[in-house]
Amino acid sequence: MRLEPRTEIGPLVRVAAPVCAVLAAFLLCALPLALAGADPLAAYGRILSGSLGSGFALTETLSRATPLILTGLAAAVAFRARLWNIGAEGQLYAGALAAVAVGSGALAAPSWLLVPLVLLAGAAAGALLMLGPAWLKLRLNVDEVVTTLLLNFIMLLFVGMMLEGPMQDPMSLGWPQSAPMIDEATLPRLWARTRVHAGLLVALLAGLAIWFYVHRTTWGFELRAVGANPSAARFAGMKVRGVMLRTALISGALAGLAGVGEVAGLKGYLTQDLSPGYGYAGIVVAMLAQLDARGVVVAALFIASVFVGADSMSRALGISSYIADLIVATSLLTMLIAGFLVRFRIRP
Amino acid sequence: MPAGGERPVVLRLAGITKRFGKLVANDAIDLELRAGEVMALLGENGAGKTTLMSILFGHYVADAGEVAVADAAGRLEPLPAGSPGAALARGVGMVHQHFTLADNLSVLENITLGTEPLWRWRRRSGEARRLLDRLARDAGLEVPLDVRVGSLSVGQQQRVEILKALYRGARILILDEPTAVLTPQETDALFATLRRLAAQGMAVIFISHKLGEVMALSERVAVLRGGRKVAELATAATDRETLAETMVGRKVATPKREPMSPGAPLVELRGVSARLPGRTALERADLTVHAHQIVGIAGVSGNGQQALSAVLAGLVAPAEGELRLAGGAWPGADPTALTSAGIGRIPEDRHLEGVVGDMTAAENLALEDYAGQECQRWGILRGQAVRARAERLIAGFDVRGGGPDHLTRLLSGGNMQKLILARVLERDPRFILANQPTRGLDIGAVTYVHDRLLEARRRGAGVLLISEELEELLTLADRIAVIYRGRLSAPIPTESLTVRELGLMMAGQSRHAA
Repeated sequence: MRLEPRTEIGPLVRVAAPVCAVLAAFLLCALPLALAGADPLAAYGRILSGSLGSGFALTETLSRATPLILTGLAAAVAFRARLWNIGAEGQLYAGALAAVAVGSGALAAPSWLLVPLVLLAGAAAGALLMLGPAWLKLRLNVDEVVTTLLLNFIMLLFVGMMLEGPMQDPMSLGWPQSAPMIDEATLPRLWARTRVHAGLLVALLAGLAIWFYVHRTTWGFELRAVGANPSAARFAGMKVRGVMLRTALISGALAGLAGVGEVAGLKGYLTQDLSPGYGYAGIVVAMLAQLDARGVVVAALFIASVFVGADSMSRALGISSYIADLIVATSLLTMLIAGFLVRFRIRP
Repeated sequence: MPAGGERPVVLRLAGITKRFGKLVANDAIDLELRAGEVMALLGENGAGKTTLMSILFGHYVADAGEVAVADAAGRLEPLPAGSPGAALARGVGMVHQHFTLADNLSVLENITLGTEPLWRWRRRSGEARRLLDRLARDAGLEVPLDVRVGSLSVGQQQRVEILKALYRGARILILDEPTAVLTPQETDALFATLRRLAAQGMAVIFISHKLGEVMALSERVAVLRGGRKVAELATAATDRETLAETMVGRKVATPKREPMSPGAPLVELRGVSARLPGRTALERADLTVHAHQIVGIAGVSGNGQQALSAVLAGLVAPAEGELRLAGGAWPGADPTALTSAGIGRIPEDRHLEGVVGDMTAAENLALEDYAGQECQRWGILRGQAVRARAERLIAGFDVRGGGPDHLTRLLSGGNMQKLILARVLERDPRFILANQPTRGLDIGAVTYVHDRLLEARRRGAGVLLISEELEELLTLADRIAVIYRGRLSAPIPTESLTVRELGLMMAGQSRHAA
């Protein structure tokens, strides 16, 4: 058996590959579902109806997709430059922390001013957290996978320290949580009695902006060239380090925005369990999307629907909702295989 | 030496066909090789030479056809397809263009690697040494056995590769472009070895696209073109022109460098030293390139060409010394400033530094110009303008194999080089750094590149041509300087140089000792 690189990769293949990968993942996950005693078809039916089957389910999926779009974009834009930012989780918490610092009463301002300020503060905090790893990589060639990953734990502990110390809500009866966001700093709900908030618009706009940035601007041109062949980019006169630094900051800022959305749009206050791993799930989203910003939106919606649907299926059939993690993890693996098959053709 | 007909056939390829997708790399090729014969396999890049030999050696499996190799008794037996192990066992040895040696192991370890049983707990090097000493003496291949391979010269490493094949009992030796990395003197030594081996009964296949070598070494020439064997000739009964035409399939016009008096000095180096991590440093080089002049830099790869080229390409700043551009200050170690100052740069490695393979032809054509007024406004790319520019350049420089939206990595080497030429010459540079501009290109593309460089010279540009192809230097350059261990000789007018002199200088001797 041998591999031959494919010479032409049509747009149809590019779309078909993730779809087939996801279907394969569902097929594979039927086995553990059956082992757990459920009828796989019924379980998948529940997942579908629980995530997309009603207005309420749909809004739940949308609200769950919001942070995933942003962390997915954070990973996608960084990976494009071959900057392996695994630290979106930490940057998300940094953004959330900044949002609380600005938006829980420290500043009094009308909503039209405070909401953008909160968003800006969160983005800046996420970017700031990316500054260290980027500097270490560009100056000392320290592997950013390690530094960004470890910063996640440092950031989580730091949040814990702040929530049990200076930022603890005096009214929380000793619970490690922050003071609530004031009304002027809260992202408005898009529909009453749902959990969909303006963060979704921020995320969709960010998706559009990142796509435009990558494909239509000179900075994005540099980003793509540096990512695909840094030596040629350098030879052509691009400032490779500058491009990497710019990309690192954008990536951190996007993840920071995800944290703002969760605090200022959904929860209203900061706790240590704000994110069930959105930062890491963002990596899966980016890979499923093949690092395309438009694809990130679709992939985030897909993963959100799996998580939301699995919760509902779990309640109905008494099967652990961990199956969602299994499906997402399997689809990442099948996607990686599909990506390989898109690039190469297998010949007997 | 007995006449060809009396020697036994040791290798027969019959109807070998290999397709890669739509491309037919080998089309029903028949070939016979006799013991004690040196056969040249001649063809341009992409003619199918390496594919054919890879099939013979078992790296690829042919779609049709059969390989038969003589066994110990001299009977031709089919060789199992797709198994290099079987090929080795039947006495087929291959010396690849890129050596397959482990730098951190000794010569002896490299040669015996893979031949020792796994379950013997200590190595028996005594036998191996005795055998190798005998083989080396017979073939005239003296190599120290206990030295690390990484510390050997390229020529010596090649001898290790040949010795490795002999150690494994090769009776058929295949060499893929063996002279690409050698000085003329090392090439002579290699040829002497191969003749000696052939006299002892070894059958040798010698892959090349250099006509001079084919004429010098081989008894028979098989010419491949477009995957087909188009001719098989006795070397004595043919000549270079016939071979060139057969290989290319049409008449080849060699470009002529018309005499021209050099203009004002364009680029001057005064005692320039430069260091490049992992490469030979450039030591206090003095050089002047004038307008209307091509200055060639000859030298075996790895003698400081990279450092010289990196300085002139703006990738590193000189550690000492001074550079001047047209009498004024040098723009500095900044590629963008250099290109704006009218310096065009053709990098040594197209794939590594020349193009971004996963971007389109249009994007690669804009790689140095995307920030200019034609390609962007306010940081936003003007897609239509970039495309229109690409279409113009693709037509103007005869880039074939795809339009502006074609992925660049799918282009052939020649077309990729034309893309880079287009990008460089579009700006009408007054100085051009051309580092190995024709490496790996076929004759048609080589001629094209040469014509364009000569045209730039005619127009008044100065060109610094770094090349390992002596013929290229002798054809194009007005003056040639030799680089050896980081030191640059004074440039010598090409008319007063011979290949032999150049070769000796490339090996480190001064000209007058030569």
